[in-house]
Amino acid sequence: MYQIVKSEKLNANIYLMVVKAPRVAKHCLPGQFLIVKMDEEGERIPLTICDYDREAETITIVFQPVGASTEAMTALKAGDCFMDVVGPLGNPSELVTDDLEETKKKKILFVAGGVGTAPVYPQVKWLHEHGIDADVIVGAKTKDLIILEKEMEAVAGNLYITTDDGSYGRSGMVTKVIEDLVAEGKQYDVCVSIGPMIMMKFCCLTTKKFNIPTIVSMNPIMVDGTGMCGACRLSVGDEIKFACVDGPEFDGHLVNFDEAMKRQQMYKTQEGRALLKLREGDTHHGGCGHCGGDK
Amino acid sequence: MDMMKRVPISEQDAKVRATNFEEVCLGYTEDEAVEEAGRCLNCKNPMCVSGCPVSINIPAFIEQVKNRNFEKAYEIISESSSLPAVCGRVCPQESQCEGKCIRGVKGEAVAIGKLERFVADWAAKNNVKPQPAKEKLGKKVAVIGSGPAGLTCAGDLAKLGYDVTIFEALHEAGGVLVYGIPEFRLPKEKVVAKEVENVKALGVKIETNVIIGKSVTIDELMEEEGFEAVFIGSGAGLPRFMGIPGENANGVFSANEYLTRNNLMKAFKEYATPIHTGKKVVVVGGGNVAMDAARTALRLGAEVHIVYRRSEAELPARVEEVHHAKEEGVIFNLLTNPTEILVNEEGWVKGIRVIKMELGEPDASGRRRPVEIPGSEFEVEADTVIMSLGTSPNPLITSTTKGLEANKKKCIVAEEENGQTSKEGVFAGGDAVTGAATVILAMGAGKAAAKGIHEYLMKK
Repeated sequence: MYQIVKSEKLNANIYLMVVKAPRVAKHCLPGQFLIVKMDEEGERIPLTICDYDREAETITIVFQPVGASTEAMTALKAGDCFMDVVGPLGNPSELVTDDLEETKKKKILFVAGGVGTAPVYPQVKWLHEHGIDADVIVGAKTKDLIILEKEMEAVAGNLYITTDDGSYGRSGMVTKVIEDLVAEGKQYDVCVSIGPMIMMKFCCLTTKKFNIPTIVSMNPIMVDGTGMCGACRLSVGDEIKFACVDGPEFDGHLVNFDEAMKRQQMYKTQEGRALLKLREGDTHHGGCGHCGGDK
Repeated sequence: MDMMKRVPISEQDAKVRATNFEEVCLGYTEDEAVEEAGRCLNCKNPMCVSGCPVSINIPAFIEQVKNRNFEKAYEIISESSSLPAVCGRVCPQESQCEGKCIRGVKGEAVAIGKLERFVADWAAKNNVKPQPAKEKLGKKVAVIGSGPAGLTCAGDLAKLGYDVTIFEALHEAGGVLVYGIPEFRLPKEKVVAKEVENVKALGVKIETNVIIGKSVTIDELMEEEGFEAVFIGSGAGLPRFMGIPGENANGVFSANEYLTRNNLMKAFKEYATPIHTGKKVVVVGGGNVAMDAARTALRLGAEVHIVYRRSEAELPARVEEVHHAKEEGVIFNLLTNPTEILVNEEGWVKGIRVIKMELGEPDASGRRRPVEIPGSEFEVEADTVIMSLGTSPNPLITSTTKGLEANKKKCIVAEEENGQTSKEGVFAGGDAVTGAATVILAMGAGKAAAKGIHEYLMKK
């Protein structure tokens, strides 16, 4: 069992948890992910590692409920346990594993969207601790959905916040900020974009215009997370890659986002159905058109 | 009774079992087992033993069954095998022990596998457990993977007095016995969990959720955690795909994914993990895994077609599995090979384009090579396609362990007789070394490696 040390609601729909997981905390690096399983009947849920404390043997996860399983996870409090936590999985970010002196020469731009701010944070923090200040764009739909602003401010070179509705920071999508920054004369050697797939797709279309190599972190459907099932396969250039063992980070200019987005929707109807049942609890006896309760 | 024929065994009716996940074969009763045991000729030079990868003393245990001394029979089997309830169910006995049985020359071979299963089930029912070693050697050995190779190696080492810890990547112990082979062939709680408990009863510790190469490396296990030897039994888990157009469409799964969702994550029991059953399922491949996937989809309510490029004679699956699949209503499209998966506008499978094949000259495997018949392409409607084309070893361990040699196929290079790898103190066996094979061959390799590790540590 893996005990939750801290559980915090960051905003209306995003949750942060610090979990004791000694083997993961000892070895993980920014860019890697882990899998949690709540209880006996639970799903294996992949989540990017958002921070880690090697001494306290803890890792931090940040998530937004998207299906019945993540919805159920929101009820967990400090002192509760996950039945299973396994990791670290996938490869660390190249920025962390590449030659440090080479990385120091680069101008780096991070583009974070919504809950994707959380996995961007450990990378920016790691770079900051190694004497590299990266620029960071954080985007969200509206002011209330911005997370980890103070934490990010402490480790970023320049932090640019933008909201789609203009309720906080700049106004507009992250792609507009990229264009504005380039127009202001900023130059970047590499961009790291993490957020919803649709955001990463458009971010890549924008950076391609400016010839900025771009790394994205893919979060497709997974089952085991160790290379066994192939559910997370993606088309990257001419190749089929497994996000769990070949990624999760890939060259964003080569990823087939349209295919990836279609694959991500695969279980939408079934997940939606399970979610409906959970929300309605004992009162659920049909209406969703699928469960047979109408008969 | 006709001594040429084996005592019939009861099975669930095909029509009934096609709709449930209960075990197909119901096993012998005590009287049936004793009667079948009576057919054993107790040969002086028993060929069956030489056909068994773990060399169970077959005539000796059958003799005890004949005498109704089932506990003694279990003791004899346990000397050689840590997983008799599993082997009695999934070993290809027809090509091993039973294939060599003298009874089989003129009539039917003694049902050795069914008798083994009977003895193991009797022991479980009567709570007979293997005994732990009396003397401990105070030496730690790590075993990577809790599948058939790992459990066997760990069990044998524990019996010798070693302090053994198994590291398992998934959340449940058993490896392919848990994620791969379905409930109706190998019940998880009744059989696999019991066998795992028996290995634990020998003193073996199992730590789940540890991915060697990620959570901890082999070098760290040896240098920091005090393990004096390591056995790698990490299996062959990476699925292959065909590389044809449309293969990334929604509704195309590897057999591994389909079976893992159903078996390990227990989708069929309405656990939280979903499974896309499909109404019309095409399974590509002809091995045991393909049969497992097809029969699983059938039980979940689909019409199921097997598409295989060679003819029935070349099907790599066990005859019993093919027979069961047919009885249950799986449709076989033989000498047929997919060329494209057809996809609708939403990105979902809507069908599969296949081409007719004919058999040409024998290839490297000795089987006749399938050759396409030009112009014979046609389309088959389907909403789900399951690719069951074999698996290869995960390169995670070889890529993170200094001095551990692997071959071109990413299989770990190890000596056959003792499992020794290119790295001192590190042994390997099972699918991680051979590529995908059978449960019993993996167990044989685990056994050989346990002996190899014992010899190595005694000299050290």
